[in-house]
Amino acid sequence: MNALAKDAATEITTSTKRYKAGVLKYAQMGYWQPDYEPKRTDIIALFRITPQEGVDPVEAAAAVAGESSTATWTVVWTDRLTACDMYRAKAYSVEPVPGIPGQWFCKVAYDLSLFEEGSIANVTASIIGNVFSFKPLKAARLEDMQFPVAYVKTFRGPPTGIIVERERLDKFGRPLLGATTKPKLGLSGRNYGRVVYEGLKGGLDFMKDDENINSQPFMHWRDRYLFVMDAVNKASAATGEVKGSYLNVTAGSMEEMYKRAAFAKELGSVIVMVDLVVGYTGIQSLSNWCRDHDMILHLHRAGHGTYTRQKNHGVSFRVIAKWMRMLGVDHIHAGTAVGKLEGDPATVQGYYNVCRDAHTKVDLVRGIHFEQDWGALRKVMPVASGGIHAGQMHQLLDLFGDDVVLQFGGGTIGHPDGIQAGATANRVALEAMVLARNEGRDIANEGPQILRDAARWCSPLKAALDTWGDISFNYTPTDTSDFVPTPTAV
Amino acid sequence: MRITQGTFSYLPDLSDAQITKQLQYAIDKGWAVGIEVTDDPHPRNTYWEMFGLPMFDLRDAAGILLEIHNARKTFPDHYIRVTAFDSTHQVESVVLSFIVNRPKEEPGFRLVRTEEPGRTLRYSIESYAVVARPEGARY
Repeated sequence: MNALAKDAATEITTSTKRYKAGVLKYAQMGYWQPDYEPKRTDIIALFRITPQEGVDPVEAAAAVAGESSTATWTVVWTDRLTACDMYRAKAYSVEPVPGIPGQWFCKVAYDLSLFEEGSIANVTASIIGNVFSFKPLKAARLEDMQFPVAYVKTFRGPPTGIIVERERLDKFGRPLLGATTKPKLGLSGRNYGRVVYEGLKGGLDFMKDDENINSQPFMHWRDRYLFVMDAVNKASAATGEVKGSYLNVTAGSMEEMYKRAAFAKELGSVIVMVDLVVGYTGIQSLSNWCRDHDMILHLHRAGHGTYTRQKNHGVSFRVIAKWMRMLGVDHIHAGTAVGKLEGDPATVQGYYNVCRDAHTKVDLVRGIHFEQDWGALRKVMPVASGGIHAGQMHQLLDLFGDDVVLQFGGGTIGHPDGIQAGATANRVALEAMVLARNEGRDIANEGPQILRDAARWCSPLKAALDTWGDISFNYTPTDTSDFVPTPTAV
Repeated sequence: MRITQGTFSYLPDLSDAQITKQLQYAIDKGWAVGIEVTDDPHPRNTYWEMFGLPMFDLRDAAGILLEIHNARKTFPDHYIRVTAFDSTHQVESVVLSFIVNRPKEEPGFRLVRTEEPGRTLRYSIESYAVVARPEGARY
């Protein structure tokens, strides 16, 4: 790895040589320090890099460190006015990615004083700023990050968190159940509220606006909120349970989002939602608003697939999940493993752990490269949504445990006997599975039998199993850990 | 109607054998189990009356079941729930809660709508049983 140091002709021995006008290799400028031992206060990033043909991986790693911290393409004398040795990010490790020629994992350490407190916008402007367009790299991916607890504590984290959410909703000991109102687009406010009422009365805890439901010609936002809240309250009276529906406040400006959130609060909603596409700062501002108004904040990760899915380029979702926990959301869509959307089971479990751990441990099989002390930041409730149905209940509970929202959209609304029946089927399947698990039964293997037994007395569950029992989405995942010999399957 | 609060309300009422298995699960996890009673099952009535303190040191499901029987004898027509508390740092809350007794008749709730300017409505939920009779005489 350290071939450059042997290059006597270009060896940097004095400050005069180092700061002579001209172009040096990044490694020579001090961005490659193989002996560096990260400080406990450093922020560390793990990049997967694919250097262009002929580019030395060490130089590529040094370039990543340089371009994501202080460097530009040429030597500048003004470096010498600063404590530049400290400000330089240090690439300190380059290892080949197991089984993938041409790709390298490189670790880069950043001094804490490079970053503004409480700002994911600032972190990302450095770590994924210019560097991803850098020509000597064919591709780059931010795989994982470690934040010192000192930096974690500059963030407020989730306004509500898993524990308090459960206390507010009075729902314990089982995953929560939800569904996204469908069709995504076109329902009038009145028709939309019908779907919400049926789902909640049938047994779901939450209904949800879809990511692209904002304020379109077919249904303006105020009309949706008014009809939905009538449905929520009516379902609450019908069941004696607290119910909610994620009212999407995503809009074109912060002013408009605050206005919508305020109306949701005025109508008594327990929860609002926002889309990832509004950006880190927008989400953090809304998180602050939610903290001030006792509101749960649901985040839909709309758009993430454009940069999280391909292994060689972009940002891993585990990093997005860490950022979102720090800037403060209460729910985050984190994958289903068994549903219609991309997700290797072990990798998805890694995302869940990042959301829910008090202290995350290194777990290479699940894609976690760093230990992470969360500094008592509240826990984020992961949401499993997209192409899941009652027949997978044992797999979902076995993979994800209790602290998750399971969202069955089509799997509720598409039930042959109607939405209420669909909701009841899901709730019965869930409670039967939790009961069985707590009794010590091996649900991963006995699950289908447990469901069939419950279906004997619950006809909606029987109809659900008859309709969807055989549906599965078994495609090879694209984003998997490189530390297992073959991609995991459910 | 059937009030569906609690972890297992969509299943048929649990038998004592089934309840015992859930209690054992909680005990094995190191959770403390308490028994709570109410005749005001409003969804936001958090503080049901405690039927004794949570049983922090009781490691035997049969002992807790005995307490459930005592609660049922004392309050045959009340809602009785079992609540398990986990004292682990950063949990420190309820982790399981299910109903083990309910009144024979559950009249349910009325949704009260108060119309306000614009199309805004204010909602409140009131229990028919609570409105009709005082505490202790509702079911």
